[in-house]
Amino acid sequence: MWARLKQMLIKEFIQVFRDKRTRFMLFGPPIIQMLMFGYAATFEIYHVPTVVLDLDHSQESRELISRFSSGRYFDVQRQLTDYRQVGDLIEQGKTTIGLEIHAGFAQNLRKGQTAPLQVIVDATNSNTALIASAYITQIALGFARDYQMDRIDRIMPQVLKQVPSIQLEQRPWYNPDLRSRWFFVPGIIGSLTLVLVVTLTAFAVVREREIGTLEQIMVTPIRPFEFILGKTLPFFLIGLLDVSLIATVGTFWFEVPFRGHILVLFAGAVLFLLSMQGVGLLISTVSSTQQQAMVTGFFFIMPAVTFSGFAFPISTMPPWLQYLTYLNPLRYFLVVLRGTYLKGIGMEILWPQMLAMAALGTGLLMIAVLRFHKALD
Amino acid sequence: MQEKPQSAIIVEGLTKSFANVRAVDRLSFEVHTGEIFGLVGPDGAGKTTTLRMLAGIMPADEGTARVADVDVVHDPENAKRQLSYMPQRFGLYEDLTVNENIRFYADLFGVSRTEREDRSALLLQAAGMREFRLRLAGKLSGGMKQKLSLVCALIHRPKIILLDEPTTGVDPISRRDFWRILYELVSQGVTILASTAYLDEAERCHRVALLHQGRLFFCDTPKNLKARLGKSVLSITSSEPRRLRAELENVVGISSLVLTGDGLHVVVENGVSRIPEFEARLKGASIPFDTIQQVTPTIEDLFVHAVGSGAPSHA
Repeated sequence: MWARLKQMLIKEFIQVFRDKRTRFMLFGPPIIQMLMFGYAATFEIYHVPTVVLDLDHSQESRELISRFSSGRYFDVQRQLTDYRQVGDLIEQGKTTIGLEIHAGFAQNLRKGQTAPLQVIVDATNSNTALIASAYITQIALGFARDYQMDRIDRIMPQVLKQVPSIQLEQRPWYNPDLRSRWFFVPGIIGSLTLVLVVTLTAFAVVREREIGTLEQIMVTPIRPFEFILGKTLPFFLIGLLDVSLIATVGTFWFEVPFRGHILVLFAGAVLFLLSMQGVGLLISTVSSTQQQAMVTGFFFIMPAVTFSGFAFPISTMPPWLQYLTYLNPLRYFLVVLRGTYLKGIGMEILWPQMLAMAALGTGLLMIAVLRFHKALD
Repeated sequence: MQEKPQSAIIVEGLTKSFANVRAVDRLSFEVHTGEIFGLVGPDGAGKTTTLRMLAGIMPADEGTARVADVDVVHDPENAKRQLSYMPQRFGLYEDLTVNENIRFYADLFGVSRTEREDRSALLLQAAGMREFRLRLAGKLSGGMKQKLSLVCALIHRPKIILLDEPTTGVDPISRRDFWRILYELVSQGVTILASTAYLDEAERCHRVALLHQGRLFFCDTPKNLKARLGKSVLSITSSEPRRLRAELENVVGISSLVLTGDGLHVVVENGVSRIPEFEARLKGASIPFDTIQQVTPTIEDLFVHAVGSGAPSHA
C-alpha cells in the first residue's frame, strides 16, 4: 500500500510543480487576492459624496456645513442653488447625500425655535445610508448642542453648570479602534482557503476522469482509497502552506494582531481543510468534466461564504437558516480564526468548534469516498 | 486424441444495460491461450463495454466472465493482476515524461526496479521509442502515444492483454511496430483480445467475433468469415447514391446494397464479371457515376449482409 501511495504522491508533485503556470496558480492568486480583499473589505465609510443646498446663507448655516466638510466622512462637492438639482444628482449616482438648509434656518435658531435640516440619502446601499445617517445625526446633534450651550451661556451663565449630561466611556474590547479590517482579514483567510482547497481538490480528481487516466489507473491493483489519499494529500499540504502565507500577509501587511497560539490556528486549519477536501471530492464524484466541477463548486462556495458569518451576522438570520449554518465548516473556522487573532483564546474555549469541524470533516470524507466507489462504475 | 486448446478468457451470457439500452446482450465466447482474438463491430456494438467488464472496472448485470481462471465478476481485484487493459483514449499523463509514465505504472503493479529497467528498455526498443524516453508524453505523436500506452500496459508482464481499438488514428509505421510487438508477445504465450472497427485489422487476428448491437453474430477465423460472405463487393462512386440504390434494388444476384460516403457498395456474386452489365444499366437510366470496381469487403458490408440474412449464430 505505502509503495503505491508513495508513487501517487511523487507523480502528483511532479505534475503540480513541473508547470510554471500551475506553480504560480497555487500561491500567486491567494496572496494577491488577500492583499486586494484586505483593502476592499471594510464597512467603514469615508468621503461620502455630498452636495449642499444652502438657501439661508447665514453664519449658522455656513458653520453647520463646515462641520460636514471638515471631517473625513463627507466630501462636500458642490454648493447648489436649486433644490431640483439634488434629486437629479442623486438619481445619476453622482452624489449620495443632499443637505438642504431652507431659508429661515438661522432665524428660527435665534428665536429659540426648532430649525429643520433636510437630509436626502441615496439608500440603494442601505448599509452605507445607515452609517452615513448616523454620522449626520451625530454632526447635527453636536451642532445643536453647542448652539444650545452657547445660548444658555449668554442668557444665564449660572445655569450652564447645572445642565445634566452623560459622558460615554466606551471600551471596545479586542478592537479598541473599531477597525472593521481587523474583523474582515481573518474572515478573508478562511474564505480564500475554502475556495482554494475545494476547487484544487475537485479539479485534481475530475481532471483524471476527464482525460481518461482514471480509467487506466483503475485497472492497476491500486485501491480507490490509495488513489484518493494520493490525490488529496498534496493539496492538503499545499492548502496548509497557503493558509500560512495568507495569514502572514494578514498579520504583517494589514497588521491585524495575532494574540492566540499559532498551533491552535493550525489545528483549526487542519480540520477545516479536511472538510473542504471532503467537499471537493464530493464535487468530483458528481462531475465528469472540469467545467461541471466549476459550476457545481460555485453552488457550494457562494452559500458557504454567505452563511458563515463572514460578512453577514448569523444572529440576524431567520432561525431555520441559523440551524443550516451549523452544517457549514467555514462558520466554525471563522470563530477559530477571529478567536485566535483578536481574542487570543485557545482550545479551552474553541474545542466545540474544533469538534464540529472534525465531525463534519469525517462525515464529508466518508460520504465522498463511498460515492467515489460508486462513481467509478 | 487431440487436446482441446486451453481458454484464457471464457465469457458466458455476459449482459450489461445502460438506461434502457442493452449495450451487451447475452454475450458468450472463448479466447484460447496464446491467440489474438478480435472483437469486431461498428461503433456502439458493445465492444468497449465488453472489454471494460473483462478488465474488472465495470460490473456486469448478468453472466460470468473468467479471465486467467479468475472470476472477474466476483473478484475483479485478483483478475487485474493477471491482465492489462489499454483504453481507446490515451490514458497516460501528458505532463509526465515517457520514463515517468512507465515508472508510475510499473510501481503501481509492484514491478521491481531492475525488472522495470530491463523490461522498459526492451519494450521501448521494440516500439522504436528509445530516444524519446525523456520527452513529455503530451509532446508525442498519436502513434507514439499509443505505443507508450502499450509499453505501460505490458510493463508488468500480463498474461492477458485487452486492447480497445488500439490502432485507431495511428500512422502506418507505428501501426506496423504495434502489431510486431503483439505478434512477439503471442509467440511468448500471451493472449490478446483486441477490438477494432476495421476489417483489415481483423484479418491480422487468429479469430474474430462480429458484434452488432451487443450481440454476437459470428465467431470464426477471418478467412472463414470471408468465405461465409461468399461474394464479392463492388464499389460504385456516384453523386446520387440513393437513385443508384433504387435502380439496383431488384437486380438478380445482388444480396445487399450498402450506402457509403461517396456512393454504394454492392454485394454480389461474381462481381467483376458483372461490371459491364451494371455500367450499361446505369447509363440507360442516366444515373451519374464515376467508377465501378471490386473492393475488399468492409466490416459494414459483412454486417449488412449478415444482419440482413438472418438471426445471430452462436457458432
